[in-house]
Amino acid sequence: MTRRPPLSVLALAIALAAGAAAPAIADDETQVQITLKDHKFEPAESTVPAGKPIVIHLANQDATPAEFESKELRVEKVVAGGGAIAVKVRALKPGRYRFFDDYHEATTEGFLIAQ
Amino acid sequence: MLGALIIVFREVIEAGIIVGIVMAVTRGVRGSRLMAGAGVAAGILGASLVAAFAGAIADALNGFGQELFNAAILSLAVCMLAWHNIWMASHGRQLAAEARQLGQDVRSGARSLVALAIVVAVAVMREGSEVALFLYGLVAAGGTTSRDLLIGSALGLAAGVAVSAVTYFGLVTIPARRLFAVTSALITFLAAGLASQAANFLQQAGVVTIWSDTAWNTSAILSDTSLFGRVLHTLVGYADQPSVLQVVVYAATLAAIFALSKAFATRAPMRPPQTPLAQNG
Repeated sequence: MTRRPPLSVLALAIALAAGAAAPAIADDETQVQITLKDHKFEPAESTVPAGKPIVIHLANQDATPAEFESKELRVEKVVAGGGAIAVKVRALKPGRYRFFDDYHEATTEGFLIAQ
Repeated sequence: MLGALIIVFREVIEAGIIVGIVMAVTRGVRGSRLMAGAGVAAGILGASLVAAFAGAIADALNGFGQELFNAAILSLAVCMLAWHNIWMASHGRQLAAEARQLGQDVRSGARSLVALAIVVAVAVMREGSEVALFLYGLVAAGGTTSRDLLIGSALGLAAGVAVSAVTYFGLVTIPARRLFAVTSALITFLAAGLASQAANFLQQAGVVTIWSDTAWNTSAILSDTSLFGRVLHTLVGYADQPSVLQVVVYAATLAAIFALSKAFATRAPMRPPQTPLAQNG
């Protein structure tokens, strides 16, 4: 194990390049603010226009971490206790999209309604 | 307690299956146990660090540090798996020829152990950081139920380790001459699945915006959060609502690893052995 495989160096370079690419912010995004408090989303339902990209801003006011997740929105992101995150969501077709806290899925859920 | 058991189990299961596959692939290689152990240990350390700095990672890179970090380490794992398969394809014949003289312990290449140890570390780190955060939440919440939840978590961890063992012992019952073909295929699909997950994180961060529509929705038939769905998700990258980009990346990764393995396999007999096989791992 004295020789390092050259491909591992290449792989690291690719990984770092992926990490260095900073996301651009588009103008036509719909911003949605959601708060997590006492393991409840507030508001529990948000209405957004269909056909436009969305940015969900989640502020976690609980002391415990949560994992903001949605199958339909294809989102999975950890938010630290007392922390805040933003997630980008593609332009949606009209419909009702469920999201939840993966650590408390049975009790902590909310919906995004695209119209 | 049951809730905690299930949450921890389903996080551990993904890493467990990958560890089981890697251990089966490297069975008999000198130093492979040490490497797998080092990979798991590095993964647990990494998971603790990721969990401890979850807030800082999330805030980094305009608030999309978490996605880009995940995409980066998943890409690293994909490269390691691809490199392992290509290396095995180019040295497999030579190794098979030498194995008769050198004994069973050189079935696989010791040099690719580092690559696979990195894969183990990445898998444990990714799933482990979520478990660590979940457990931290339990401890921070305190109360009378937290002890029950910790016991549930320990049982979930044990069940996840059992899945790892089942994967390993299932694979090692395959006759040695066919194990190589089976594990090569497994690793190729595993890599394609991880590449598709990496693509999803790049879409979530808004780095990539093309092909974001849902390619299909089979959640009613087989949800990828069900136990069987999760196993398939880990093994072959099954997703019940993937984006078009994820499907494209998945297919491209499969094709690339398959084509490169083939290309290098045909050249293998012409090349002399590069290094003597490592004896001390």
